[in-house]
Amino acid sequence: MDGSAQPKRLLWQEAVIEAVHVETPTVKSFRLRPDIWTGFTAGQHVDIRLTAPDGYQAQRSYSIGSAPNTSGTIELAIEALPDGEVSPFFHDVADVGDRIELRGPIGGHFIWDQPLGGPILLVAGGSGLVPLMSILRHRAAVAPDIPAVLVVSARRYDDLIWREELLRRADEDANLKVIVTLTREQARPGLRFGRIDMKLMDDALAGGRPALTYICGSTPFVEAAADLVLAAGVPFETVRTERYGGAKG
Amino acid sequence: MATRGFFGKRPSEGESDRLPPGQYLTEDFPVLSAGPTPRVDMEKWSFTLKDGVRPVARWSWDEFTKLPHVKLTRDIHCVTKWSKFNTAWSGVMIDDILAEAGIAPPTAFTLAHSFDGYTTNVPTADLVDGKAMIATAYEGKPITPDHGGPARLLVPHLYFWKSAKWVNGLQFTKRDEGGFWELRGYNMYGDPWREQRFTGD
Repeated sequence: MDGSAQPKRLLWQEAVIEAVHVETPTVKSFRLRPDIWTGFTAGQHVDIRLTAPDGYQAQRSYSIGSAPNTSGTIELAIEALPDGEVSPFFHDVADVGDRIELRGPIGGHFIWDQPLGGPILLVAGGSGLVPLMSILRHRAAVAPDIPAVLVVSARRYDDLIWREELLRRADEDANLKVIVTLTREQARPGLRFGRIDMKLMDDALAGGRPALTYICGSTPFVEAAADLVLAAGVPFETVRTERYGGAKG
Repeated sequence: MATRGFFGKRPSEGESDRLPPGQYLTEDFPVLSAGPTPRVDMEKWSFTLKDGVRPVARWSWDEFTKLPHVKLTRDIHCVTKWSKFNTAWSGVMIDDILAEAGIAPPTAFTLAHSFDGYTTNVPTADLVDGKAMIATAYEGKPITPDHGGPARLLVPHLYFWKSAKWVNGLQFTKRDEGGFWELRGYNMYGDPWREQRFTGD
């Protein structure tokens, strides 16, 4: 399926904001309904385009966090970046009923679907959880027998996006292991404290070697996580990464 | 359509002339790669020119460092929307590599290959006449592994995914063969000024 996830041409279209949720102190999620939507593959993103009254436009890419399904909506989780241009609009202005422009879905590599199989290892730093959540939700819906491990690193407990859902899935899903580590808050019961390290990775890989690994987050996080995964013996060519680039979200 | 309540942070006048449509200016240097950063062993490093499947010239790292190095300072534009001005590189121009190999470009299309298996296609005309180099230094220092070191292709007038990191060869091809991202929905040419991000743009 790699390579076939793209339509022939990506057209700009409008989408209406159907719901807004505060997920963490810095992240809001938005449920969007594009006018024309034919679905996507877990892990893909969309490009968003905002237009000022004088015609000036700004574009940014945002990963889709929802699972691909037939409801015709997508969920984006957008982190507010202090000097940002587009993320402050989403946090301070955007509301239910607003219409924005987008095009997509985009991305033919950092994607997962059932035929790719497993076991899968997902490693998320901060808002890097978003595309991995799409994969996790999709796996739970279509292939819950495929073993999955999710490693999530967040600053604090309250910074964990979709926290209740994650902890619930970890409880209920026998084939899913969730390892949460907090970097700026002392450990809570069942959670780790500190940056990802070899000990954490050994724990993540204790159940066996993943067939596919997906790592998403800031550049330093992805570099560190990828180095750990490779040091643990996971083959280079099975590791897919997505680094969040550019500081002006 | 105007977006309700959006005004934007527009670039200054001098900046906006140099920013292709849909791009914003960044001061840092983001890293984007499809996989982990490979650590390339300099003892095993080599750069190969191929005409189709036939190798026509090959350099070890020691040999490559003896080729004429020049400086090239250019604005670069990533398809993920950031642009960075005045990036200062040095390396070996593709023109000089061809001259050292003693060949004229045999075909109109080129596929760049990398140590990690990455590929990207660039028309041969976009690599010659002073347009592109194999860069070995950035801002006066060896290119770090995350930015494609020890050597990367630099084709600054096209979106930056064309500037293949960890490059280990150029292959001249008869047809325009899509590379890694081009087979995954990204544009075959990638001109930022025509905003050719994706297939069909």
